[in-house]
Amino acid sequence: MADITETSAPATRATPAAPTRRRINWGVIGDHAILIAGSLFMLVPVCMVFMTASHDPVTIHREGLQWWFGEELEANFSAALFERGGFTDTVDGMRMLTNSLILGVGFAIGKIIISMMAAYAIVYFRLKFATLAFWVIFTTLLLPLEVRILPSYEVIQSMGLTNTYTGLIVPLIASATGTFFFRQFFRSVPEELIEAARIDGAGPLKFFIDILVPLSRTMIAAIFIIMFVFGWNQYLWPTLITTEEGFFTLVRGIRQIVQVIADGNAIPEYGQAMALAIIAMLPPVLIVVFFQNWFVKGLTESDK
Amino acid sequence: MKRAVFSNPWLPIMLLVPQLFIIAVFFYWPAGFAIQSSFYLQDPFGFGSTYVGLENYTDLAQSAEYKRVAWFTLLYTFAVTFFSLAIALLLAVKADNVLRGAKTYRTLLMWVYAIAPPVAGLMGVMLFDQSRGNITKLFETFGWEFRLGVDYWDTATAMIIVAVWKQVPVNFIFFLSGLQSIPRTVREAALIDNRSATGRFWDVIFPLLAPTAFFLLIINITYALFDTFGVIDTLVKAEPGNNPVTLVYKVFIDGFRGNDLGGSSAQSVVLMVLVLILTIVQFRLMERRIHYT
Repeated sequence: MADITETSAPATRATPAAPTRRRINWGVIGDHAILIAGSLFMLVPVCMVFMTASHDPVTIHREGLQWWFGEELEANFSAALFERGGFTDTVDGMRMLTNSLILGVGFAIGKIIISMMAAYAIVYFRLKFATLAFWVIFTTLLLPLEVRILPSYEVIQSMGLTNTYTGLIVPLIASATGTFFFRQFFRSVPEELIEAARIDGAGPLKFFIDILVPLSRTMIAAIFIIMFVFGWNQYLWPTLITTEEGFFTLVRGIRQIVQVIADGNAIPEYGQAMALAIIAMLPPVLIVVFFQNWFVKGLTESDK
Repeated sequence: MKRAVFSNPWLPIMLLVPQLFIIAVFFYWPAGFAIQSSFYLQDPFGFGSTYVGLENYTDLAQSAEYKRVAWFTLLYTFAVTFFSLAIALLLAVKADNVLRGAKTYRTLLMWVYAIAPPVAGLMGVMLFDQSRGNITKLFETFGWEFRLGVDYWDTATAMIIVAVWKQVPVNFIFFLSGLQSIPRTVREAALIDNRSATGRFWDVIFPLLAPTAFFLLIINITYALFDTFGVIDTLVKAEPGNNPVTLVYKVFIDGFRGNDLGGSSAQSVVLMVLVLILTIVQFRLMERRIHYT
């Protein structure tokens, strides 16, 4: 019986003579129970971190993560944002926030511009070396930066790019994910558009800027979100490439926190650390939640 | 490609140059450098290097520690992939079932996607801490003395739980969108043929989801192999010691702590080959998919 009621909408329509009194629908309740459990599994740890960010270090040191608000919320957040020292001696949270933004936005924009240009060339032009260019570019999909981390570091170091934004951002762009997305998208654009543009006398550059780019707006937004989150959340590369604290990102700052906890000499500023963790997750989470329709579309179209 | 194209000799080249330049400098050069240095033995003090042929590779093949790390990586990858796919599939099926609140559940279940792996790792450090961790205390009531960073398998358990937690949202998004693209008519036809919901799921819905599942399988394997670096690094508190680590983490330790450029590069090359195989499999599957749709 549970099976029939589970798909209640079509089933009731199919049997109009069914009794009008509503029964308790155990199947639906079970579905909701599982979904609520899953949501709590996702939500509770982060809520606890947020609650804990409002407590003093001694309480946290004694009792672990907290279930409810304490008194120190404002103090911890302002210390995490504006106080130099604490976990990192020469840099405050604002500096790290700025660096994270530079990395996230710089990476996303750089990637979008470069990959749109390349995808346009590959899809819309008759090129002598098209196949070669295609393979040269798409081979990079094979090897994530983590795999070739040490040689990449050596190369960047030999170019004197450690502790620069260029060294932080540009090597991350060296993969074809964006180009791949845009190639798929451009190929789905109707061919009549080019014909029409040609008849109107539009050249390839005009077609690109006036027709294709505006047409790709949603795709650009979706890829921007994905790339921003990817750039913001980078960990290993910033850890290697930035040794000066002035270049630390928030996610890189997490490593300092963990090391202070590992040292275990004094009670670490747990409250501030949790506040910093919340600050580190807030911008990407907000973007993903608010623009989730674009984001989901961009993500799921990418595998086609 | 069968589309109408522009013919302009220099414009496409100009458009391709930035991408090709970045790839050449930051991809092909390092990758080539890795292959080259895997055949050399680096002087630890930086005075040149000597050609040693395949010695770095044979050392790897004989290293008991490397084998141990490889086995752990295999187990870890399997566990993370299996659990994050299974949980996500269950949640996606339920979210697709319910009529009320589907959007809210989607938001609640996907937002963790945006959290950085090391931030998730830091949360794990707090929750699984040996003396004050909330989950440690929970385990204690069941008589399990959980010792993060001390006991090999306890640390491994924490790593897997955090890595799964972080990966469920991505899988959920893909599974849900896969389920929602199954036409109503197919479901209604299945409803006539098969009264059992479980039967309907495995006979009709799951095969239609299979392409998504294959795609996700590769994505998850790649995630477990490479993207969980931040989770592992934070949970072992940047001091691996006797704790379990994955192959990528070992590349990092041997290269940057052990200053063993040759050995680390050889490991990189081994991983490159592994990823190459995975990608070929993935491309094959994607091709097959395009034929069907």
